[in-house]
Amino acid sequence: MKTRVLVGMGTCGIAAGARKVMEALEKGLQGVEGVELLPTGCVGLCEKEVVAEIQKNGEKTIYGDLTPEKVERLIEEVVLKGNIIEDWIAARPEEPILAKQERIVLENCGHINPENIDEYLEKGGYKGLEKALKDMTPDQVVEEVKTSGLRGRGGGGFPAGLKWQFASQAPGDKKYVVCNADEGDPGAFMDRSIKEGDPHALLEGMLICGYAIGSDEGYIYVRAEYPLAIKRIKVAMKQAEERGYLGENILETDYNFRIKIKEGAGAFVCGEETALLASIEGRMGRPRPRPPYPATKGLWNKPTNINNVETYANIPRIIRRGGEKFAQIGTEKSTGTKVFALTGKINNTGLIEVPMGISIREIIYDIGGGIPEGRKFKAVQIGGPSGGCIPAHLLDLPIDYDSLVESGAIMGSGGLVTMDEETCMVDVAWFFLNFTQKESCGKCTPCREGTKRMLEILERIKAGKGKNEDIERLKFLGRNIVDTSLCGLGQTAPNPVLSTLRFFEDEYRAHIEEQRCPAGVCADLLRYVIVQEDCKRCSICVKVCPVNAISGKPKEKHLIDQEICTKCNACLEKCPFDAIVKK
Amino acid sequence: MAKTIEQENYREKVEEIVAFFPEKKGALIPALQAIQKEFGYLPRPALEVLSGSLRMPLSTIFGVATFYAQFHLQPRGKHIVRVCMGTACHVRGGQKLLATLENELGVEAGGTTEDLNFTLEEVACIGACGLAPAVMVDDETYGRLTSDKLTEVLDQYRKGKEG
Repeated sequence: MKTRVLVGMGTCGIAAGARKVMEALEKGLQGVEGVELLPTGCVGLCEKEVVAEIQKNGEKTIYGDLTPEKVERLIEEVVLKGNIIEDWIAARPEEPILAKQERIVLENCGHINPENIDEYLEKGGYKGLEKALKDMTPDQVVEEVKTSGLRGRGGGGFPAGLKWQFASQAPGDKKYVVCNADEGDPGAFMDRSIKEGDPHALLEGMLICGYAIGSDEGYIYVRAEYPLAIKRIKVAMKQAEERGYLGENILETDYNFRIKIKEGAGAFVCGEETALLASIEGRMGRPRPRPPYPATKGLWNKPTNINNVETYANIPRIIRRGGEKFAQIGTEKSTGTKVFALTGKINNTGLIEVPMGISIREIIYDIGGGIPEGRKFKAVQIGGPSGGCIPAHLLDLPIDYDSLVESGAIMGSGGLVTMDEETCMVDVAWFFLNFTQKESCGKCTPCREGTKRMLEILERIKAGKGKNEDIERLKFLGRNIVDTSLCGLGQTAPNPVLSTLRFFEDEYRAHIEEQRCPAGVCADLLRYVIVQEDCKRCSICVKVCPVNAISGKPKEKHLIDQEICTKCNACLEKCPFDAIVKK
Repeated sequence: MAKTIEQENYREKVEEIVAFFPEKKGALIPALQAIQKEFGYLPRPALEVLSGSLRMPLSTIFGVATFYAQFHLQPRGKHIVRVCMGTACHVRGGQKLLATLENELGVEAGGTTEDLNFTLEEVACIGACGLAPAVMVDDETYGRLTSDKLTEVLDQYRKGKEG
């Protein structure tokens, strides 16, 4: 059996220096027989990038924090001799970081070469399509998806099988299958990893959907910010065509299906399905009221099924293994698994896939390894700009669609941003609202004007100029925007504010009543001060200050002029004696 | 609309691009993307030619071109520096990276340096959250940055590294 060396070459891996490691491996392995060196997608251990999996004698070991300098020893000991370098292992299968995960959608990510269709086929790829085309009627496929209980992974959680049924029953001879790959939530990169690491799974899911609803044409609407994902999808499409999985008379049946890629042009609102369709049609990406839903009147007014990448990537596995088997994973109403991008103030940042119903505590402490530097967990922000915060006292909340909605958050597309005691919740709310406010398309008044007013109030609170009635005003505005906006963007935009107000109203009050930011984040409420007892009069701070706000020559007393200080933090970072503090 | 000399300078290229999309339906955005790729931005005369080729009012084209963040009506720098303002980068100091870049390049976010070498932009999220804070220069992503490391990255491009 060949020894395989798989280097994680997703966007993150490359950013961390995977190309140089790859080059060093290529050089070191020149002329060595029986070793395959391949690129692979993201295995999810972002904190440990550059990562490589070495498959030798049937054993898989994942090494992390690789550099070109480490390559020589890696080849010598691991690849050639078959030893294990304990200290370099990124994660062992029995450790909670991996053991608590259940990988269905990500089963191939990080383990196969995404640019080679044979590796996908070896893992059972296109078997689901084959089964659907040869052993099942389109209606049976829809039933199977319904049995699985799969709900849309893009955020809303609408049952996928039901959506397919609507599109399949809608009258019309031309129908479309659309994949929403416009992953725009800040803090989310699940779909990117699937596209980069296992693009054939997405294609297979769309092909099965096309067969089920009676469509012969699909569109993948993907962000232009993901160049590598676009490239890998194109490679996958070409290979699938060559092997007869895509195009005319697929697998020698009379089923035809073509896929086109549409690159987004940078508008968050295009993640909303009606706006996305408008954008594919070449218009401004603005939403329209529903109904009619896309299932009856979608792309160019034809019946259209829209799901996101993760939803489609689940489909081949559901058809192959059966809907009932899928439904056994997770909880009764939220079946299967969910991929999350775990980021923020957490030890193991990365991409994880967990069974629905797992508690937030298990994700943060077992998989995520807790908060760095022993700081205290404060909240986790789930669902991006449409979602909300979940505070420490709800750590045991199970992650499923309905529990999350009850707590004021949403499943969203899968961003999980961890926050510790040094994160200011007013600042977080401001951050998300600032994002949605900028991305509001301007079509309906509540979203266009309402979010602007809310943002102004938050800005004044952050500046220490908040008024007592601001909290009530934010709640009033927020509720109205939720109730009256045209599309999902506006209906969820106030969520980050409303949910932080629900659990952290005291922080808002501290800003308003005491002009104090408890977390020490809001710059206008901070003062940088030199602690004279700790100061050694070295003058480093005087030199780094970009605005000359610090007075004093070496060996003299240093003082920060609060009038000039811009609170850029440069002095605090550079002080070798930690003698500068924020108050 | 009267033909102008400026339009003639762009006519051949734009018509070549439009010919690449046999189906006129849905062609506007890809055509704009192709024009921007060719010229670095969307010059007005080129859009005027496009309006004729696609038989579409110029107002519609401007509507779409100004709606999407990706399109630019002004010339841009040789290298595009995008600072990630995503959640993870925000909590790990993305703002500071932006301040460093504004300082180093002497332009504000959205601006282009006078020598047309760099354009500085904010981007909502580049999906490299695990490596926050991150900056993208052209198609290359740099992660786990500090102000010092960022200056080093910038220097590579200043020296004229191949994009």
